Amino acid sequence: MPQLRERHPIMRLIETHEMDIRLGQTPVLSQINLHVDRGEIITIVGPNGSGKSTLLRAIIGAVPASNGRIVRAPNLRIGYVPQKLHIDPTLPITVRRFLSLPRRHSAPETTQALHQAGLPDLANRQMSDLSGGQFQRVLLARALMEKPDLLILDEATQGLDQPGSAAFYHRIEEVRQTLDCAVLMVSHELHVVMSASDRVICLNHHICCEGKPETVASAPEYRAIFGSGTGGALAIYRHDHDHEHDDTCTHEAHDA
Amino acid sequence: MLDDFILRAALAGLGVALAAAPLGAFVVWRRMAYFGDATAHASILGVALALGFSLSIFGGALIVALVMALTVSTLTGRGYAMDTMLGVMAHSALAFGLVAVSFISGVRIDLMAYLFGDILSVGISDLAVIWGGAALVLALLAWRWQALLTATISPDLATASGINPRREQLVLTLSLALVVAVAIKVVGVLLIAAMLIIPAAAARPLARTPERMALIAALIGMLSALGGLLASFRLDTPTGPTIVCIATGLFALTNLAAHMQGIRPRSPASRT
Repeated sequence: MPQLRERHPIMRLIETHEMDIRLGQTPVLSQINLHVDRGEIITIVGPNGSGKSTLLRAIIGAVPASNGRIVRAPNLRIGYVPQKLHIDPTLPITVRRFLSLPRRHSAPETTQALHQAGLPDLANRQMSDLSGGQFQRVLLARALMEKPDLLILDEATQGLDQPGSAAFYHRIEEVRQTLDCAVLMVSHELHVVMSASDRVICLNHHICCEGKPETVASAPEYRAIFGSGTGGALAIYRHDHDHEHDDTCTHEAHDA
Repeated sequence: MLDDFILRAALAGLGVALAAAPLGAFVVWRRMAYFGDATAHASILGVALALGFSLSIFGGALIVALVMALTVSTLTGRGYAMDTMLGVMAHSALAFGLVAVSFISGVRIDLMAYLFGDILSVGISDLAVIWGGAALVLALLAWRWQALLTATISPDLATASGINPRREQLVLTLSLALVVAVAIKVVGVLLIAAMLIIPAAAARPLARTPERMALIAALIGMLSALGGLLASFRLDTPTGPTIVCIATGLFALTNLAAHMQGIRPRSPASRT
């Protein structure tokens, strides 16, 4: 997109314009305008069923926009770490083999990737034998094999304990430095979100508010969802449902 | 000393096994077993049409199998209750096919030959079709292997890497129709799904990577074809079913051996 580059001196990776998403008959997201630039860490927060995963899936191209459009930088390489991945037990696959999907990599390359992921001894283990934390780190290592421009993480630290998830985010920060990639992630861990993101997008079927973490944390829309007293860190489980700043906004938590 | 027809039968069996087994691995991984059944059963309708209009059996079976596979594959994407839908389609296609065959007067048709195969009557031209089809299926699978595997593990992972999972599904659908069409002569429509699934299932406990599983499945399939041919010759039993019996014996053997050695792959539940 040449005109995209002229308008934006910084490297824009993704841009959505008035994007609506429906899953079947259900409208899930409406009027989404967002952009991701190289080097940014952006976190999407929002209650359950607010369309966070759907937004990520739309950005990777797995869900079509019913309205509006999405512009990707040419030859954009995306590394995607899904919320969960179920590998059918009838499919035997070692960690090393898994890292070579979709493109094959040499044994030294996969060995190095596992070293960097802190899992040097797991190359010949079956994926089904990994612990939850190991599995997530292998998923991340696989996404990094292609040296992505944009790393997309969907609640990648789900099921990890506190130190495990801290180490995971530390690794992501490190990856951003070395690859100079952008990171777009969904997270429920607000303390991490607030300290590690350049921008936060608060989502509830539409973008409620967005901006720098401290700006968003003090926004009324954000407080309406996540509460205010604790700076949001623990408030995620008791969000209020009564704010009104927009007719289309209903903050009901329902499973999408 | 091998008779000519035995040699042709052996080559036919090997060709089908070689193509069916790696495709069967995908059928197992993607839980498409019933899908394979529906496609195979539908092909009897193709046989009937081919006989009615004096077309080649292979062509008729291929077209109907392809239509069935495409229909099922499209419906799957729309979120229908697939097991019911496939049950309806698999059996109704078979029933309509059988009824249609009964309308064809003139030539007395040995229906058994199409239901259970007639490997001993394979001619040179059949061999050409079988090996041509098998080669095409193997080439398709080899060409799309990485993309197919990624899409099988997760359509979203595939999409994020620029692979279109629907196109990969189409590759499998096409391969399935081809295998069905070439396998009718060898094992018949009722047992084609067995040649897809049983060798792959027998290979599972012996394999640690997808490639190894496909390879071992091919070897087990070929062993079953030769063993079944030999056994049916000795015991004077129908060849197609005997091949499937041998494959099932190998399946029981590998799974039992794995169970006894305790190398059976752990269930995903043990991950947590």
